[in-house]
Amino acid sequence: MNEILEGLRQAAYLVFSLDRDLMEISLMSLRVTLTAVAAASLIGLPLGCWMAVRRFRYRRFVIATLNALMGLPPVVVGLIVYLMLSRSGPFGVFGLLFTPTSMIIAQVIILTPLVASIAHQAIRELWAEYHDLLISVNTSRNQRIATLLWDGRRALLTASLAGFGRGIGEVGAIMIVGGNIDHATRVLTTAIALETGKGNFSLALALGFILIGLAVLVNLIIHSLSKTEVSGRW
Amino acid sequence: MVEPPILPLIVKNASVRRGRKVLIGPVTLTLAPTGLTVIMGPNGAGKSTLLRLLHGMERVSGGSIHWQVSEPEARKRQSFVFQTPIMMRRKAIDNVAYPLLVHGVDRRLARQKAIDWLDRVGLSDSADKQAPVLSGGERQKLALARALIRDPDILFLDEPCANLDGRATRELEDLVLAAYENGTRIVMATHDIGQARRLARDVLFIYRGKVHEAALAPLFFSDPQTREARAFVRGDIVE
Repeated sequence: MNEILEGLRQAAYLVFSLDRDLMEISLMSLRVTLTAVAAASLIGLPLGCWMAVRRFRYRRFVIATLNALMGLPPVVVGLIVYLMLSRSGPFGVFGLLFTPTSMIIAQVIILTPLVASIAHQAIRELWAEYHDLLISVNTSRNQRIATLLWDGRRALLTASLAGFGRGIGEVGAIMIVGGNIDHATRVLTTAIALETGKGNFSLALALGFILIGLAVLVNLIIHSLSKTEVSGRW
Repeated sequence: MVEPPILPLIVKNASVRRGRKVLIGPVTLTLAPTGLTVIMGPNGAGKSTLLRLLHGMERVSGGSIHWQVSEPEARKRQSFVFQTPIMMRRKAIDNVAYPLLVHGVDRRLARQKAIDWLDRVGLSDSADKQAPVLSGGERQKLALARALIRDPDILFLDEPCANLDGRATRELEDLVLAAYENGTRIVMATHDIGQARRLARDVLFIYRGKVHEAALAPLFFSDPQTREARAFVRGDIVE
């Protein structure tokens, strides 16, 4: 209990003193996760929508696979990305290992199935609702997808936020591909792991509280900007 | 440039099947260029399926449907109002403007036309409300405005008043009649005999997926030719 209180005290101190290291790793966390979420959304949202609208062979199998990939073990993803980006790997020539870019790549791989799967579920329901109307007004396939993406934007925002939630708390993959290098690839989660390993439980807890606060703050900002729960029911 | 007429529509032995089950057909009929046809019949007779078939939302399993222009062109020049209005998760005005926007009309012009149509159907005060929160009658009027905004040659209505109260039904019927008088070909399904008497210029009586009777409305109501139609007009239960 004392450690929790001490963690809260330290968290408050770090935040209000604008601790330079804390700012750095917090910004790195946000940079990596927000970039990964943006990329995963760019891929996953249209993909989920496309799968909801299109009928193709093995569709059920593809959807089931996508749903299964939501549970991709981050450590395994990290390991595969590590092998791909290491000097002897196929992409070693780019020198991306132990950089924020490698962490973003790993997170995009983890987040895309999650975003696509949630988007697919949301858009499938909307498609069932809109199907007859969109067929009746003679829309093209691209127009249907654009309409569903626009009218389902709040549900899709939830998909992206779920991706953010998973990404900001992720540690296994980015630890492997980022290496937790101070002033280079250290983020909040890897810092927590490091401090826990060193026995600095209060500091680890403090970082954990800040991580939770950051996640809540980003969600609130996005909800506020998108006017969710403000302009009518949607 | 004057567009070539899309009507008459000639349907020859058309049928719709789901697996081995025949939903409707074979149906043979002709829809003349003008008129207000009411498709009548008991629940499950195939009225909605026939409407959807004519509108191109059901694939023809057998027979043929022939418009006077190509099918894609014909599709562009017709509209459909569903029994349960499908409201997009947008404002009322954006719902009405939608068919224009997807067919490349300038956004400002589309919204202006939508405002005109909202005014015509008595919903100008609801333009900025989210469409799905409107009442049943308002939603159906909105759906009708959305269907008419592109000035279709033919309008299909699938029991549009099935869930409405008397006043909303009257308002909707007036709008349908106004569209008819404005030159839009109307084809409407209903199992409400009173409504059919008020609106129909000619009647198609459907029973068990087949057209049992096709006649001018006064003739149909005064002297139905088949046993099922007679029972239906009398108000008996027709299974």
